[in-house]
Amino acid sequence: MQTIFLFHKKGKNKYSIPACDSIQGDEIPRSMLRDDLTLVDVSEVDVVRHYRKLSSLNFGVDNGMYPLGSCTMKYNPKINDVVAMLPQFAMQHPATIEETGQGALHMMYQLQQMLCQITGMHNFSLSPAAGAHGELTSVMIIKKYFETKGEKRNILLIPDSAHGTNPASVAMCGFEVKEIPSDSDGDVDLTKLEDALNEHVAAMMLTSPNTLGLFDRNILKIADMLHSKGALFYCDGANLNAVVGKVRPVDMGFDIMHVNLHKTFSTPHGGGGPGAGPIGVVEKLAPFLPVPIIEKADRYYLQYNRPLSIGRIHSFFGNFMVMLRAYTYIMMLGSDGLRNVAEHAVCNANYLRTKLCNHFQVPYNRICMHEFVINDEGLPNGITTNEVAKRLLDYGFHAPTVYFPLIVHGAMMIEPTETEHRDTLDAFADAMLTIKKEAAQNPALLKKAPVTTPVRKVDAVLAARKPVLKWDD
Amino acid sequence: MSNIPENLKYTKTHEWIDVQDTYAGVCGITDHAQEMLTDIVFVELPEVGIEVKAGEQVAVVESVKAVSDVYAPVSGRITEVNKLLEDKPELLNSDPYGEGWIYKIDIKDKYELDELMDAAAYAEHVAQGE
Repeated sequence: MQTIFLFHKKGKNKYSIPACDSIQGDEIPRSMLRDDLTLVDVSEVDVVRHYRKLSSLNFGVDNGMYPLGSCTMKYNPKINDVVAMLPQFAMQHPATIEETGQGALHMMYQLQQMLCQITGMHNFSLSPAAGAHGELTSVMIIKKYFETKGEKRNILLIPDSAHGTNPASVAMCGFEVKEIPSDSDGDVDLTKLEDALNEHVAAMMLTSPNTLGLFDRNILKIADMLHSKGALFYCDGANLNAVVGKVRPVDMGFDIMHVNLHKTFSTPHGGGGPGAGPIGVVEKLAPFLPVPIIEKADRYYLQYNRPLSIGRIHSFFGNFMVMLRAYTYIMMLGSDGLRNVAEHAVCNANYLRTKLCNHFQVPYNRICMHEFVINDEGLPNGITTNEVAKRLLDYGFHAPTVYFPLIVHGAMMIEPTETEHRDTLDAFADAMLTIKKEAAQNPALLKKAPVTTPVRKVDAVLAARKPVLKWDD
Repeated sequence: MSNIPENLKYTKTHEWIDVQDTYAGVCGITDHAQEMLTDIVFVELPEVGIEVKAGEQVAVVESVKAVSDVYAPVSGRITEVNKLLEDKPELLNSDPYGEGWIYKIDIKDKYELDELMDAAAYAEHVAQGE
């Protein structure tokens, strides 16, 4: 693949930069000035053409179905971007004073209120910059809550189907992680939970619905068990899109949660950011939320005077443009529209599950929520999940999430999302069946796949063992 | 069928220990474990000198498929680690019971060894798909 360096030729860049008028004479020490940097010398049109070409090699949800389970790669309506690009928002400086920033604060306040209404939580903070950041912030709140109460609790319970970020957030805050196994139906094993519960447990983190795409049928019982021991119940809201508008996490007994705006409320999935993972809490935890919180009197203002707060966790107020997109999405759909999102997401997943379950193993084959998990057991000629996933790219579909959750060997986690039409779901199912046929008739092809993509099968082992991390000519 | 040497003791979580004398052992992951993990690309070794409890996480192996914890089969103190794995994690794939050993341990309580499986029991465990 060509890199921008290929177009390098000395003197191509004709930009003229105005002379510096802010630094006088020798303010930059001579020893710090360098002329040995290999900066690329290209023209503007070289840059435009090169990156335009690269962007066309990318696969995104705007190119095709992207059933990446647990990541919810739903189509993002373009109106979200239209609103986010309005100069009244886009040109506003984060240090704008409250008086002139009322429109922006109004939007943030409304979003806090809407998230409270959707989840049933008492208060929300929009500051966290991603789901995992929301988890970390929440665990900090849990820690501070028990510290303030004078209770020493050092354990957090996490099911074995959890996202890897859960134990990481817990460990970052100095808690000990205790893993709770799932039972044969994919629900939390209540006996094991009972055994693990004691007065040292601060909370349990549970993804609801869980990463198998299943709604834990004992959720209220789990909440009771935790609360009776004085522990809190944390909801990893990664899969809120399956239940949004249908059931409120607070009614399931959760005390604190995060919401991934990019999953449920259709904001862009950045390559690690910028995202937003707002957190919601019940009333007793509200004093601990990070600052600032947007409040309203005769006008909107930023409240910093919160003595029990865990403090600031992001510069300014979080990722504002992401909030704006989520706000637009919620306002465009309204409450009926949001309920439809959940219904279609669940309906689409069950449609696909039913179509595939006679041809692929579905380890927990029951009515699912917005996603389901199949595996590679019994595929002809020992064809594996990895090879199926690669071959799907040749048929114009992004691969599902593979080898997660860890409790399913050879897992493929498929989440069609609500934005795919039945025709697309049928085409995906057809591709899966064709691949199974190919596994029997032409396994060599599958081992070589993908064969139509700009970059062919990548040597993942070599890339991990001997990574090339910088450009070198 | 994966290779399960007769002279070793095994855990449910697919680690082996070679008890060299009553109070010293060599530990690693089984052939079955490396098969399931596929190509291993990174090993995080424990620190020499630390005390571990049986069942506690002691090392981490990363394959192209997943990152997995390695648990201690018995309680004790880590006396030596296989530094070779830092540059050659693939030894875990090619020779899991030999050059791919992970660490050596001073066994604290030899009765804990009775809790482990012998080769026949482990073969059964693997056959049941666990």
